[in-house]
Amino acid sequence: MGLLDYFRATQPIANAGSATVAKERLQILVAHDRAARGCPSYLPQLQTEILAVIRKYIDIDMNAVTVSYEQSDAHEVLELNIILPDGPTSSR
Amino acid sequence: MAKIIVITSGKGGVGKTTTSASLAMGLAQKGKRTVVIDFDVGLRNLDLIMGCERRVVYDFVNVINNEANLSQALIRDKRCDLLYVLPASQTRDKDALTKEGVARVLEELSANYDFIICDSPAGIEHGATMAMYFADDAVVVTNPEVSSVRDSDRMLGILSSKSRRAEMNEEPIREFLLLTRYDPSRVQSGEMLSVDDVQEILALKLLGIIPESKAVLTASNSGTPVILDRESDAGQAYSDMVARYLGDEVPHRFLHTEKKGFLSRLFGG
Ligand SMILES: Nc1ncnc2c1ncn2[C@@H]1O[C@H](COP(=O)(O)OP(=O)(O)OP(=O)(O)O)[C@@H](O)[C@H]1O
Ligand SMILES: [Mg+2]
Repeated sequence: MGLLDYFRATQPIANAGSATVAKERLQILVAHDRAARGCPSYLPQLQTEILAVIRKYIDIDMNAVTVSYEQSDAHEVLELNIILPDGPTSSR
Repeated sequence: MAKIIVITSGKGGVGKTTTSASLAMGLAQKGKRTVVIDFDVGLRNLDLIMGCERRVVYDFVNVINNEANLSQALIRDKRCDLLYVLPASQTRDKDALTKEGVARVLEELSANYDFIICDSPAGIEHGATMAMYFADDAVVVTNPEVSSVRDSDRMLGILSSKSRRAEMNEEPIREFLLLTRYDPSRVQSGEMLSVDDVQEILALKLLGIIPESKAVLTASNSGTPVILDRESDAGQAYSDMVARYLGDEVPHRFLHTEKKGFLSRLFGG
């Protein structure tokens, strides 16, 4: 370290260590991106079509069908969640 | 059969064109018949970096549209006989690149060259997709900086799902990392992500580290690929990269700040 650096270093340097913050933020960002990336592109379409089919029989809400997708090393899970309305089902 | 290499990044301005020019020149100087194609239709500048802008008559889009044939559009480099440039069009937009058209041009080139280098435009849209679609190898150019690393990671996702090799279930594209604009002194002071930081996230084969260098601007001013500036750090780093790509074991340089003389140590340089 130079003589001048020595004096400079006595003041807190905001920049120093910012790479650590950058790396932590990146790790989170990238994990997020990668999780979303695995999703098959047909999911939204699948969701609309399933909703349409169910609505032929049951009067459900637009948001009552959720489709989620998860991927792990060994297997893929496609989870379909349908919320039925309260009370006796009103068949059409 | 030529090997097709895409130089890609996602993020703009990280050094793709600088890298394409130097890699192409380096391979040609090693005796490989090489053609470098500018996929940045509408924003062409590979010809400027290569110093052949005044010799452009026909371009890539003309060839795709059958308005010219390849031999009319290809520009032979004045410094190296084995190197050709296929410039981009300045006036068209990127949609002018059709998958069929690009496929036909690459196939025609493939018979006569050892390497086809595709200089990708920034982004992950049509132009960038066309540049990477037919690739055998990809050089992912990354700066040690959050948005660049993130975009590189997204580009890796695209390479492994939207490329021809992925769609045909062939062996995946070989992916390499090239870290550019690296400033060892800022890494040392903890202000810049280090090679190891970036590698921990991207985990790719490291093809090289190109230091932040004044020589890059000087070279682009005169239309000379920086690899030809053998005195410069960036030029040497690009030479190392080419050797490594061709299979030589070359240790990485320019990772650490140079040892300073006594006076500059004393006063900080
Ligand atoms: N190692 C380096 N040191 C200093 N400057 C550099 C370095 N590499 C590239 N640059 C500069 O960065 C700028 C962008 O470089 P370049 O055109 O190669 O990037 P690009 O990725 O092709 O950009 P685009 O996404 O717009 O096509 C240029 O001004 C170039 O001189
Ligand atoms: Mg460019």
